[in-house]
Amino acid sequence: MSYLLHLATFFGIYAILGVSLNLLIGYTGLVWIAHAATFAVGAYAGALFATKLALNFFLAMLLAMLVAGILGSLTGWIFSRLGGDYYMLASVSWNYIVVSVLINWESLTNGPLGISGIPKPSLGELSFAEPTKFFLLTLVLLGIVYAAARFITNSSFGRVIKAIREDEQAAKVFGYNTLMYKVAISGMGAAMAGIAGVLLASYIGFVDPSSFDVMESIFILAIVVVGGFANIRGSLVGALALVLLPELLRFAGFPAEIAAHVRLGLYGLALILFMLYRPQGIIGEYKF
Amino acid sequence: MPNIPLEIKNLEKQFGGVHALDRVSLKIMPGTISGIVGPNGSGKSTLINLLSGLLPFDGGRVLIGGRELNRIIPHKAPSYGITRTFQNIRLFEQLPVLDNILFALTDRGVFGALFEKHGASHLAQAEEVLKMVGLWEKRNELAINLSYGQRKLLEIGRVYAMKSEVFLFDEPFAGLFPAMVETVAEVFRTLKAQGKTIILVEHDMGLIRKLTDYVFVLDSGELLAEGKPNDVLSKKEVIEAYLGE
Repeated sequence: MSYLLHLATFFGIYAILGVSLNLLIGYTGLVWIAHAATFAVGAYAGALFATKLALNFFLAMLLAMLVAGILGSLTGWIFSRLGGDYYMLASVSWNYIVVSVLINWESLTNGPLGISGIPKPSLGELSFAEPTKFFLLTLVLLGIVYAAARFITNSSFGRVIKAIREDEQAAKVFGYNTLMYKVAISGMGAAMAGIAGVLLASYIGFVDPSSFDVMESIFILAIVVVGGFANIRGSLVGALALVLLPELLRFAGFPAEIAAHVRLGLYGLALILFMLYRPQGIIGEYKF
Repeated sequence: MPNIPLEIKNLEKQFGGVHALDRVSLKIMPGTISGIVGPNGSGKSTLINLLSGLLPFDGGRVLIGGRELNRIIPHKAPSYGITRTFQNIRLFEQLPVLDNILFALTDRGVFGALFEKHGASHLAQAEEVLKMVGLWEKRNELAINLSYGQRKLLEIGRVYAMKSEVFLFDEPFAGLFPAMVETVAEVFRTLKAQGKTIILVEHDMGLIRKLTDYVFVLDSGELLAEGKPNDVLSKKEVIEAYLGE
């Protein structure tokens, strides 16, 4: 039972990441390959607020969302000036920069050793330390992120970001300041990813830079690709498929040291097969 | 009726030393349809791109509605009353037909758009536009699934929905069936009746004669001639430069 709760909690965290990345890639066409870096900013900000300032989980989460959102808007503002492929390459570089900062800014991040002793969430007398309660909290936060993403994408704003994805220049001549839209969606997506980061930090009780490398960004990208572009539910499907199904490998008799590599290989294979035969993903509404 | 005068003074644009537009000056009378004609490479589409802000000018000024502009920022062009279509159709392909029109009707600001959902008035306006261009039945289709002619009509409907004062049409009739040509011509007549100013880039001289009040002829980035369509199109230098009649 605790194993299933563990998987379900991870599903919730990665579903939040998938939904938030889908806003950038699926809806706006911003191929952001640095979501692990945004995830890291949320996780580290939450961890630092909780351990160094002894803030309550929920206050730490709000502040971490703010930090991730501001940094997301700033990177959005800088990188969105670059066209398609250059934006993507810049985002990959950004992931390396963030991990490098986390490793080298030892006085703040404790370097490669990471930050430990991150407390579990609590609200007054109510503690979420117990796995079932932590999972329910994750589910509630996923619900909030899902509702926020639906609100954004069902608004006129949602139509504009889709138009930007289709033809930014044409969108401009209709009076839309497309850069501001890209900055706004980058900030909103990053703030959501910040929630996932704080959840992970509190759930594991520990964060270190190795959890947020470019491979992690590719994994989150795979959630969006498999689940489907420009469909919020698709990100839930993608997270379900990529977080839960590889666990079947555990029962396929692979030794632990091989299973990890097979899992990575499966993610890569899934990306290639979906791009070839189902470019919109399982229930996506947009084809690259 | 709103009447916004548009004047272009010594507009200049170079591409790698080649003059795409060489100090061109035009005065567009408000509430009229002005044709821009000329051979390929004469600077017609460059002029449209400069007026809509997609390209910065290297020199000259644009006077519109009493404002003098040394540059036009694309997303501010509609605030000067300018809207345009493209020579190569540029729709939001993977959005439904209806959304392509609603896009032109809803709030431009980030926060306004975030807290806005299209309402009954937006839908009513979109319905009027789509019925005018004969695409109401296709409103839920993705734009990418329309035929070439329908896509062209959708693009024209999208700019009509902008309710601008100055409309720049870059070859809106190219590749259309006669019935669709008539639909677009009707849109032009409606806009003119509303007092709107239209600049029409077109190669079909029959349509130029039929629809326009005034014609400018460009050749190699320079203004070769201007005047009433029948007068200008019968000038010897215009025929030699372009028409081959």
